[in-house]
Amino acid sequence: MNQAEKEQYLREYSLLKNEGKPFFPYAVAKDSIMAVIVMATIMLLSLLFGAELGPKVNPTTTTYVPRPDWYFFFLFEILRVMRNVPKFTPMATIGIPTLCMIGLFLLPLYDRGPERLITRRPIALASGLATIACIAFLTYSGANTGSPNSVSLPAPPGLTAAQRATFYAGEIVVGESGCEGCHEIGSNGNNGPGPPLTHIGAKRAAAAIASTLKNPTAPMPSFANLAKTSPKKFAALVSFLSDLQ
Amino acid sequence: MPLPKLLNRPAPTTTQQSPNPVEAATEAGLTVVDWIDERTQISQGLRWMMFRKVPKGINWAYTLGSATMFAFLSQAVTGVFLAMYYRPSVTGGAYESIRNINDNVFLGQFVHGMHKWGASVMIILIFLHMARVFFFGAYKYPRELTWIIGVVLLILTLAMGFTGYLLPFDQRSYWATIVGVNINNTAPFLGPYIGDFLRGGPEFGATTLSRFYAIHMMLIPGLMAALIGFHLYLIMKLGISAPPWLKAHEPEPVIETVEV
Ligand code: HEC
Ligand code: HEM
Repeated sequence: MNQAEKEQYLREYSLLKNEGKPFFPYAVAKDSIMAVIVMATIMLLSLLFGAELGPKVNPTTTTYVPRPDWYFFFLFEILRVMRNVPKFTPMATIGIPTLCMIGLFLLPLYDRGPERLITRRPIALASGLATIACIAFLTYSGANTGSPNSVSLPAPPGLTAAQRATFYAGEIVVGESGCEGCHEIGSNGNNGPGPPLTHIGAKRAAAAIASTLKNPTAPMPSFANLAKTSPKKFAALVSFLSDLQ
Repeated sequence: MPLPKLLNRPAPTTTQQSPNPVEAATEAGLTVVDWIDERTQISQGLRWMMFRKVPKGINWAYTLGSATMFAFLSQAVTGVFLAMYYRPSVTGGAYESIRNINDNVFLGQFVHGMHKWGASVMIILIFLHMARVFFFGAYKYPRELTWIIGVVLLILTLAMGFTGYLLPFDQRSYWATIVGVNINNTAPFLGPYIGDFLRGGPEFGATTLSRFYAIHMMLIPGLMAALIGFHLYLIMKLGISAPPWLKAHEPEPVIETVEV
């Protein structure tokens, strides 16, 4: 907007304002009705759904499903999708949201045309709708990537009975430990942010897997505590993973 | 601008007979109001605020900002009540204190539920408000700064959601927060520092919870209250934008005729 357009806007605006009504009581009435609706909605939601509390924190048993509140699903989903391009992960997880925020922050500084009517601002209309569609889609698919905590893979053939028992014990530990919040195993779990573990045994030796579990790279949490407090479970976990050929 | 009737009465005369108690009480109340107003001149500001004009064609979409503000106020009030019973201690029972709120405190679960669901309602409202401002082009000259402060408010609101999620200290909140902080850690440049700041050290431990609590109930709400105040000041100063589809009628030029 150049100086003339600015002055033109201010003049138009003051005319429209003079034709308007006083804030009190006209706008105040609408705002108050809206406030009542907001409060009633919040109270109703509280009465209907309460505020249930999950089981207490237990950093050692790691029975968890790392899931954020619904309004962060889209972030989690970006993380998951971007995981397929490993080199860009840090950039993708924090980088994309940060860039979007900067773009939003500076919007009035780069979109300075005098036109305000949305039907005459095709770029703004398209990018606004696209952003809404993206966030809705990411939230939806983030909500639907389930919160798996079980594995349904059959033990590979050729194991002894004892080995098979360990395999299934390991499956339970994986389910309890929430690995599937980040890893795909067979048909269960999320494909990302971690790599799929369906064939991890063919790629890594048991010792390498164990050391990854104890000293992982972020964002994977460390399971060193599990190894310390219940070595049996940890051993079952490692042997299960190395059986995934 | 009309002065409210209450303040517009004649100066009291000393020769009145003793008034009845109700009148005396009203009189005393008004004297206090007058006394305060004489020193602060607050009524002037209030009149400027309440009787300013809003342009023609303001519709329901324009209530979304104040709806967001009411959701924020609801969060503040319910949050204060929760803080009366909450103990931000890992060993001393953050989890147990929330259990206690849910199970024993009078209306505890109701207030806790209002705080929890109020967060979602506020997030929805703030996005709707932002969409209204965006599609109406209301962020353009002269309201750029209002928008920029709005974006900071949006980020702070999301940060409230993130820090609040840990406080009940149940399994889901604990592990989701660990993942969240770890994700933060992978960010380029500042990531590790933000991670360390949030955790209160390199490890996720007892200080982390009290840190999240302090951020959630003092740092961010204080910032938000101040910024909302500034946001509202700018809105009043600049006036609420008119709907973009309205065109002003140019006033008829005044033709002065001089009678001889
Ligand atoms: C918060 C998400 C998350 C959780 C939960 C998680 N991981 Fe991971 N995991 C990752 C990420 C991300 C990587 C990749 C790290 C890297 O880039 O080096 C990874 C890597 C691995 C690797 C190494 C893969 C390879 O190809 O070398 C193994 C093995 C592994 N995870 C096993 C597990 C197991 C078993 C569990 C549960 C006990 C688990 N993870 C829980 C995110 C997670
Ligand atoms: C805590 C959050 C917020 C509160 C309490 C708040 C409050 C308000 C209120 C009461 C108004 C008056 C007009 C209306 O209701 O539409 C308003 C206008 C405005 N808000 Fe917000 N807002 C918040 C967040 C935001 C965000 C996230 C943005 C954008 C990024 C934003 C940008 C604006 C702008 C540009 C206006 C001026 C619009 C006009 O004059 O038509 N606000 N805000």
